[in-house]
Amino acid sequence: MNYHFNFAPIFEQWPLLLSGIGLGLLLALVSIAIGSALGLVVAFASRAPNRWLRSLAFTWISILRNLPILVIVLFLFFGMPQLGLSLDKITSFIVALSLYASAYMAEVFRGGLLSVPQGLIEAGQAIGLTSFRIKRYIVLPIMFRNALPAFGNNFISLFKDTSLAATIAVPELTFYARKINSETFRVIEVWLVASLLYIVCCYAITLVLRAMEKRLVLEKA
Amino acid sequence: MDWSYFFNEVMNNRDALLHGTAITFAVSLIAILAGTVLGIVIGIAVTYGNKPLRWPARLYIDIIRGTPVLVLVLATFYVSSAVGLNLTAFQAGALALTLFCASHVGEILRGALQSLSRGQIEAGRAIGLTFGGIFRYILFPQALRFALPTWITAAVEMVKASTLLSVIGVAELLLTTQQIISNNFLNMQFYLLAGVIYFLIDFAIEQVGRFIGRRLEQPTRRMV
Repeated sequence: MNYHFNFAPIFEQWPLLLSGIGLGLLLALVSIAIGSALGLVVAFASRAPNRWLRSLAFTWISILRNLPILVIVLFLFFGMPQLGLSLDKITSFIVALSLYASAYMAEVFRGGLLSVPQGLIEAGQAIGLTSFRIKRYIVLPIMFRNALPAFGNNFISLFKDTSLAATIAVPELTFYARKINSETFRVIEVWLVASLLYIVCCYAITLVLRAMEKRLVLEKA
Repeated sequence: MDWSYFFNEVMNNRDALLHGTAITFAVSLIAILAGTVLGIVIGIAVTYGNKPLRWPARLYIDIIRGTPVLVLVLATFYVSSAVGLNLTAFQAGALALTLFCASHVGEILRGALQSLSRGQIEAGRAIGLTFGGIFRYILFPQALRFALPTWITAAVEMVKASTLLSVIGVAELLLTTQQIISNNFLNMQFYLLAGVIYFLIDFAIEQVGRFIGRRLEQPTRRMV
C-alpha cells in the first residue's frame, strides 16, 4: 500500500466539521424532544380502554418502525410538495426524524408504563386521587425513571441517523465529509476523522446519560 | 392526482422494481448471514476471550456501533478503492452492512451469554466437557433463546440499512425507485410504493420472529 497520509487539508476545514456535528446534535435534540412528546401520547393510546385508539397506536408504531428512515426522509422532502406541503430541508428532516423517533419512544414509554406496579396505582385510588393526578404524580415519574436507559440508547441512534440528512443536502458532518472527500481526495483521512468525531460524540453522550441515570435512579432498598 | 398514470408507470417499470427488490433481498441476506457468523465469533471473543482476544473484539464493537451506518457505507466504498481494493459498489455495500451486522450480533450474543449463570460452565467442566462442548451443548442453545427476538430486530435493521446503499449507486429498491422518479416525476407515489414494499418485507420478518419466539418460549415455561 502506497498511501501518504496528509491530514492538513482536513484540519483546514475543522470549523466546518465542528459546525456539522453541532447541527447533527441539534437535529437529534429537537427530534427526540418532539418524538418523545408524540411517543408519550401514542404510549398512553396503546394502553387506552378504547379498542380503536389502541389499534391506531399499534399501527402507528408498527408502520414507522418497519420503514427505512431514508424512505421517510425522501418521501417527506420530495413527495409532500406534490400535496402542496413544501418544507425546507431542515424542517422536513426534523419532521421525518421526529415521526421515526415517536414510534421508538412510544415503545420505550409503553415498556415504562407496564413496569409501574399496579399496587401503586390502586394506592393512589385509595387515597382519592383523580385519574389525572394518579398519572401525573405516580405513573409518569416512575415511568420516566424506568425508561431512561432506553431513552439514552434511542438518542444515540437518532444522533447517528442525522447523518442521513446529508442525502437531502443538510450541511451536517457527513455532508461536509463527502464534500471534503470529493474536493481534496484525502479519502482515508476524511472518513477516519468523521468516524472518530461521531464515535467521540456518541461516547460523550453515553457518559452524560450515565451520570444522569446515576442521579435519577432510586437506590434499591 | 392521476392514479391511472401511476399504475401504468408501475406496470412499465415492474421488471426494474422486482430487480431492485431482489437486490435488496440479496444484499440484506448476505449481510445477515455473514454478519451473524462473524458476530458469533466476536461475541464469544468478547465474553470468554482472554485479554488479547477480548480487547480487539470490544474495540471493534464500540467503533462500528459508534459510527453511523451511512458513514460506514461511504467509508468502505471510498477507502476500499483508495487502498487499491477494487470492490464493486455492491461488494463494498455488502461488506459495510456485514461489518455493521456483526457488531450488533456480537453485542446481542454477549448480552445473552452473560445472562447465563457461571455455574453452568463449571458444571460442564466438572463432567469433563471441553470449552467447545460446553458452548455447543450448554451455552449456545440457551443464548439462542434469549438472543433470537433481538436478532430478528437486527435483521429488520439490516433491510432498512440496505437503503443506504442507494447513496453509493447500488441499484437496490430505493435507487431503482429514484431512477423511475427521475423519468416520470411521480415523487410521492413511488416513494410511497417503496415504503409499502419495505414495510411488507420488514413486517413479514417481524411476524416470523414473533412466531419462532413463541415456539422457543414454550419449553422453559413447561419446566418452571
